[in-house]
Parts: sequence; structure tokens; C-alpha cells
Amino acid sequence: MTNKNPEYDFKWCPGCGDFGVRRAIEWAFKDRAVKTQQSVENNVVVAGIGCSGNLVHLVEGPQPYGIHGIHGRTLPIAFGIKLGRPDLNVVVVAGDGDFLSIGAEHIGPQAQRNLNVTAVIMDNGVYGLTKGQSSPTTSFGTVTNSTPFGKIEGKVKAIEHFLALGVSFVGSGFSGKPRELANLITKAMEHPGFAIVQVQSPCVTYNDTYDYLKGDPKKGIAPALYDVPKNHDASDWDAAFKLARAPGVPIGIIYQAPGSVPMEKRIDEIKAKAKPQSPQELLDAYVIR
Amino acid sequence: MVEQREHFVVRFAGEGGQGVVTAAEMLAQAASQVGYYIQTFATFPSQILGGPTWTQARVATARVFSPGDELDILVAFNKEAYDTHRSEVRNGGVIVFDSAQFTPENEAASIGLPFDELAKKTGNARAANMVVLGALTRLVNWEPGFMEQFIIKRFTRNRPDDESIIKANIEALHLGRKAAGDTELQVGQLAPPQKPEGIQVLMKGNEAISVGAMAAGMDFYVGYPISPATPILLFMERNLYGPGKYVYQSSSEIESINAILGAGYAGKKAMTATAGPGFSLMAEGLGLAWMAEIPLVVVDVQRGGPATGLPTKTEQSDLNLALHPAHGDVNLPVLAPGTVEECFWAAIRAVAWAERYQGPVIILSEMMLAERSENIPKPDLSKIKIENRLIYKGNGNSGNGASNVYLRYKENELQPMSIPGGPGAYVANGSEHDEFGDTTHRPHHHVRLTERRFGKLRLLESDNFERVNPNHNIAVVPWGGSKGPAWEAYGHLEKAKVPVSWFYTMELNPLPPKMLEELKKKDLVLVPELNYQGQFASYLRSLGVKAETINQYTGLPFQVKELVHRITEKVNAASKKKVTA
Repeated sequence: MTNKNPEYDFKWCPGCGDFGVRRAIEWAFKDRAVKTQQSVENNVVVAGIGCSGNLVHLVEGPQPYGIHGIHGRTLPIAFGIKLGRPDLNVVVVAGDGDFLSIGAEHIGPQAQRNLNVTAVIMDNGVYGLTKGQSSPTTSFGTVTNSTPFGKIEGKVKAIEHFLALGVSFVGSGFSGKPRELANLITKAMEHPGFAIVQVQSPCVTYNDTYDYLKGDPKKGIAPALYDVPKNHDASDWDAAFKLARAPGVPIGIIYQAPGSVPMEKRIDEIKAKAKPQSPQELLDAYVIR
Repeated sequence: MVEQREHFVVRFAGEGGQGVVTAAEMLAQAASQVGYYIQTFATFPSQILGGPTWTQARVATARVFSPGDELDILVAFNKEAYDTHRSEVRNGGVIVFDSAQFTPENEAASIGLPFDELAKKTGNARAANMVVLGALTRLVNWEPGFMEQFIIKRFTRNRPDDESIIKANIEALHLGRKAAGDTELQVGQLAPPQKPEGIQVLMKGNEAISVGAMAAGMDFYVGYPISPATPILLFMERNLYGPGKYVYQSSSEIESINAILGAGYAGKKAMTATAGPGFSLMAEGLGLAWMAEIPLVVVDVQRGGPATGLPTKTEQSDLNLALHPAHGDVNLPVLAPGTVEECFWAAIRAVAWAERYQGPVIILSEMMLAERSENIPKPDLSKIKIENRLIYKGNGNSGNGASNVYLRYKENELQPMSIPGGPGAYVANGSEHDEFGDTTHRPHHHVRLTERRFGKLRLLESDNFERVNPNHNIAVVPWGGSKGPAWEAYGHLEKAKVPVSWFYTMELNPLPPKMLEELKKKDLVLVPELNYQGQFASYLRSLGVKAETINQYTGLPFQVKELVHRITEKVNAASKKKVTA
């Protein structure tokens, strides 16, 4: 909403990583509007449930369309919008809980279809809105209010997961660098196929990872974040997988499939093969003669 | 003197893959081509190959509404089929059996034919069905020309072997006829056909829904395979092409509902079809469509439940779920067609309703309608009024920075909807929201929007209902596929002067208000339905109608004679009570 709505009931905590992600998305939309000469209303934001999904209501400036749906189902909704309206630019916003837990079953099919949407995943390693439960990206052994004796499972390695499922663009970003993140999201939106940008977006209340990500020389913590090395070949899937498995959090394009053919193009090819009949012709085929 | 018959019922029973289904289909086509009325019923096991399968065809000189109670002819492809179905053959009926498989004992009125062996004699082993059809059409004294014409039409396919196939099939037909003729058995002389007026089509329920939805402008279909709704997906995958039309097989029913939700939001007329298990999975998505006010259509082709239940049997047990599929205050519009013809019109109406009230609409079909072939008057597509949602054409924010201009949820009923890509960006919100679509928890918004969502249902109210002899104190009110057997039963009740009215509508929610008013005045409303709980009767009671269920839950449709008996009993008991009171 551009104008502040006094009756709107949701706020992010001060310092939440999601502020930076929101800014980056606004910038990416503005850049796209300039480049494509299309109104921001050509964009649809499909939001999941959780702190991150509320981004759809908090966009400032020119407003995109939005749909704030149900937990875990951002991709199927985005699939319906993009299949029915290939002219629209569709962006999913969801968190690690929504996307990688309840919604994980939908990543594989969309990767195989190469659905031409961009998913921006705000990874804070915790269920924030329900006040601090462990999430798929919470590390093994972490104590949260739902894992009082430490988390039993290991952490889902999101980037490796996306690569293994065949996602054709995999980016990794950080909410604390919104301009760089905006550029990464722009590249993801321009990619002809399924793009996921996994964003480190810390939860200051339940899982403050700023020190871990940015490092703190005073505390003797080395930063986990580093830029994807210049010599990384993002078109090389094996290199991408190797990079994903290395320690630390690389920021940039991890993988971009060369020659990616988006779903809508394949559908056009199928449509060219079909000889559509009108409802009248279809009905006539049942006439008793 | 051969008995003159107005109809006959034949059941083909055997193992899946023996031609049981094809035989009934062929008989339906042949009979309808010469002007008879036809209705079939099919039931299969839930497996790819084999398993006990049977189909039934009823051929008549006037419109019939049920597949028939008693069998004039049983065609038994094996001993198991004979043992299972023998008891349903009427006195004077005839059994045709495959003598290469078995020979029944002490069965005077029977004709044994080695189906395959006779077919092989014609040089075409695939003509076995025609041997059977030859025998049974001889039993009702059909002139051979009827079947010969059918064979010529069916096998004229502009292929080099057309002629030899036709020749073999005609030969097979006569081999069957001769074998039946030699026994001198008869089930009566079927009166000559009385060709229905106007052009007719022979369709199944699933086909009628598919063509109807397309004729209503449905242009987006995403579905997942499930019995008995799969044929609708297959129809769309073959036919839903052309500019702006999209079809896709999804990875689950959860994906289906959310995909059509996205498409409906983005301006498409979107639909999916499923059956019980898939419908259960769609619950949350249907709640979102109701909350965010997104037009879409879900077809639930009911089968036996719960859980995996009876995947290939018929039941009417999803009504409760259709009316209230999701958590919270939700009450969806439901259309339940009762015939193949109504399947067509229900699809037209469902698409129109979704657009008109901007929300989700359910079509409750049934296995027995989905797989039934029936000849129906050809729908006149030029008479269909295509409805489109109201579309917002204002300035919106048009990307100039001025927002909160378009108020999606402002009015108390509904207002033009903005479509992504056009002016009027807003958030379609599954959280409770204010007029902008922004999330809010304040009571006055929840009150107003809850009332708005329920209030819109009024836009769907109509006078579309049937009433016959409306002045009795007791009424019979079937729903869905039980309409057919109930309507035939009603004919018998009328003749027997049982004092009972008839009311029927396919618009289960909202019910036509005038019909509801009349039902509320009745002392008793009897509801024939195929479920244990008496779901429609219970729904009517919640609306203030003194309704009682007449139910059955075998996985098979009602028999007419059972309904006549049970309704008469209830009416007699009620009258007696009244007298003693």
C-alpha cells in the first residue's frame, strides 16, 4: 500500500531482514517498468504465509497486483497465473518454512515445467510469525521453543535442493545489501524459466544471524557471506553444486541453465500441433446419425 | 402370441477386457441410430485388467430415466458373472452365455454360444461382440437391418480393410441371430422405434459437462487423474486449445485448486474436476476462493467414500463437503445434475454463477451419470447466455504512485473486479481484510465482509425447479442422479393414486426460494438419496423443512421398485398417524 492504512494490522520487527528484501523488490519492479515500458500493474506478487508473505501488503510506491494465499501454495497459484496469463511477470515471496516445508512438494514439478516465475525466498531459519519454532533451515541441534532439547533433523540445504530438482536459475542473496539483491532479482526475472533467489533475511527476534553472516572482528567471527568468485562458471551445473556445498554463503548467481526454454514456450509449441474445435463442432461429434 | 414390449433391459457381465463395455456401447449406438431411447449403466473394478465388470443397457420406445430394475437378457461371459447376476433376470428372461467358458445347469431359457469360435468363423476374431448382439437383437425380434446399418456406419472409416471388417461383422451378426432363432426363445417383440423429435446426441455425463463448460466460455483447465473424473481431464487435454485457452495435468489436486485459483484471479474462466479424495484435498483452496472472492468451478464426480472408498461405484455422499468444504464460515453454491442433459446445463450454469457472484461454484456429479450413455436433445448453443464477471475499468493506480484508489471489497455485495495487467492493483487476500484488501482483525470489517460473502449468494437464486401435483401434504424430493429412478417411481405412485407431490431442482444451494417456501409447508418431505446420513434431508431440515431420508448405500443406484415400495410405506404410515391423531 502506498498510502498508510491506519487499520492495517501487521508490522515487521525493527531490523527485520524483510525490509531490505521489500526494498529490493520495489527497485527491481521499477527497473523492469523502465526497461519494458510496462506498468508495475503487469507484476503479480504471490505471497505465502508467514512474516515474509506480508511483504505483499507493504510494497511502497507504484503497486503491483498481489495475492496473499494459503500456507505452502505460492507455487501452484503462481503456476495458474502464469499458465493462464503468460504476459504477466509473476514473483513469489515466501519464507523458508512456507517454501521448503509445507510447500516443498511443489518445487520439483515447477522445475520440470520450467515455470517462468521468480521465487524470492526469505530464509531466516525460523518460524517467526508463530514465535520461534524450528524451520527446515534451522541447523541440527538448535534449541528453539519447539525443539527444547535441540533440533533432531539436519538443515535442508536449500541451494543444493533446488539444483538437484532442476531449477534453471538459482541465486543467493542477502537482505542487508538491497541494491545488489535488486540486481539479482532483476536477473532472475529476466531469466526465461524458473528462478529461485534464496535470500538470507535474518530474524532479529528469534534467530539473529547478522554476526554469523557479516562477521564481527571484535568477536572474532569471520563473515559467512562472500561474493560468488569471478571465475565461477554459472552455466556449469557441477561447478554450481560444488559452490553450493562449499562452506559459507556465496552471494550472486549460483547457476543459470544455458538455453533455458520456459514453460509458456513449450505450451505454444504444443498448441501449434493441436487443431482446436469450437464447442459447436465438439457437440456435433455426438449427434446421432 | 409374442408379447409387445416398450423397452428391454440387457446386462453384459464378465471380466474386464472381454468386451463387456464395448457391447453395451455398441447396442446403445445402434439403438439410438434407429430412433430408440437408450440409457446405459456401467460399473467396473478399480484395476487395469480383468476383474468382474458389468454394463447394462436399456432400450425403449420412449424416454426412460433409469437403467431398469429387472433383466430381460443376461449375457454372461463367464460362470462367475452368471452366478452373480442370475437372480436379477426376470421370469421369462433369457440367458445368453459363452459356451466355451461354461454351461449353466437346469437353465431352460438359455442360449449357449461359443462367442470367439463363431467370430473366428467369419475370419475376424474381433467380431465376437457382434455374435452376442446378433443373438440378443433376435430375442426381441429386431429386424436385422437395424444392426446391419449400424455395422456399416461404424466400420466405414476410409481404411482399406473397411469392407472385409463390415462383411465379417455382418456375418457374425447373422451367426448370432441364427443361433438364437434356432432356440425359438423370445423376450417379446420390441415395438418399432418412435424417433424423438429434433436432433439428438448420445453422450455420457462427463462428456456433457466438458462440452457444456467449453460452451460457457471456460478457458482454463488444470486437473489430476482420478476415477471417475479422469475422462473430463482427457477431454480437455484433447480439446481445450486455441487463443487464450490452457490445459495442464497437475501434480496433485492441491496444485489443481490453487492453479485454477490463480487463473480465476488473473481473469480466466477456470475449472477442474475431481472425485472425493481430491475434493477433500481442495478444501483449503476453496476456502481461499470464497474469502478472496475468486471465480472458479470445481466438478466433484462423486464415488463411494470415505478415504479411497469405492473408486468405481456410485454414491451421493459428498453433499455435506460440497456445501461446507473449508474451515470457517463458508457455504458454497452447489449444482447437482440429475441426468446427462442436466450435466450439460449444470456446467453452463456453474461457469455463469462463478462469474456472476465472483466466487467458487461446485458441480456435484456422480459416477452413475459420468459413465452413463444417454440420448438427449441436442443443446442449442445459440440460446446460451454467456456471463462474464463485471470488470473494473477505472484508473486504478496505473503505476503513477497513487494507490488505494481501487477498492476491491468496498460494496456490500460485489463490484467490478480488476484484472492483473489492467488498472486497479489490489491484494486478493485470504486473511480477513478491509475494502482495500489489506489485512485487518477489527470486528467491524469481519462482520461486514462475512455478510458480504454470504449476501452475494442471493445473486444466484432462481425459480428453476420442477413441481408436479404440488398440493399434497407429502412430497418426494430427490436430488442428483437419484432423480431418474425416483421419477420413474413417481410415475408408478401417480398411477396408484398415492397422494404425494414431486419437487426437484439441480440448484441445491441456493435452493430456489419459492421451492423452499412450498417444501416448508409440507407435513413430510421424502428424500431418496445414496448415502448413510441422509445428507440432503438433513440439509433441508436445517432450512426448516420436515424432511426424512429414504437412503441406500450399496454403491449402486436405486431400483425403481424399491423406491415405489419405500415411498408408499412412508406415505401410508404418515396418513395413518394423521388419522389416529
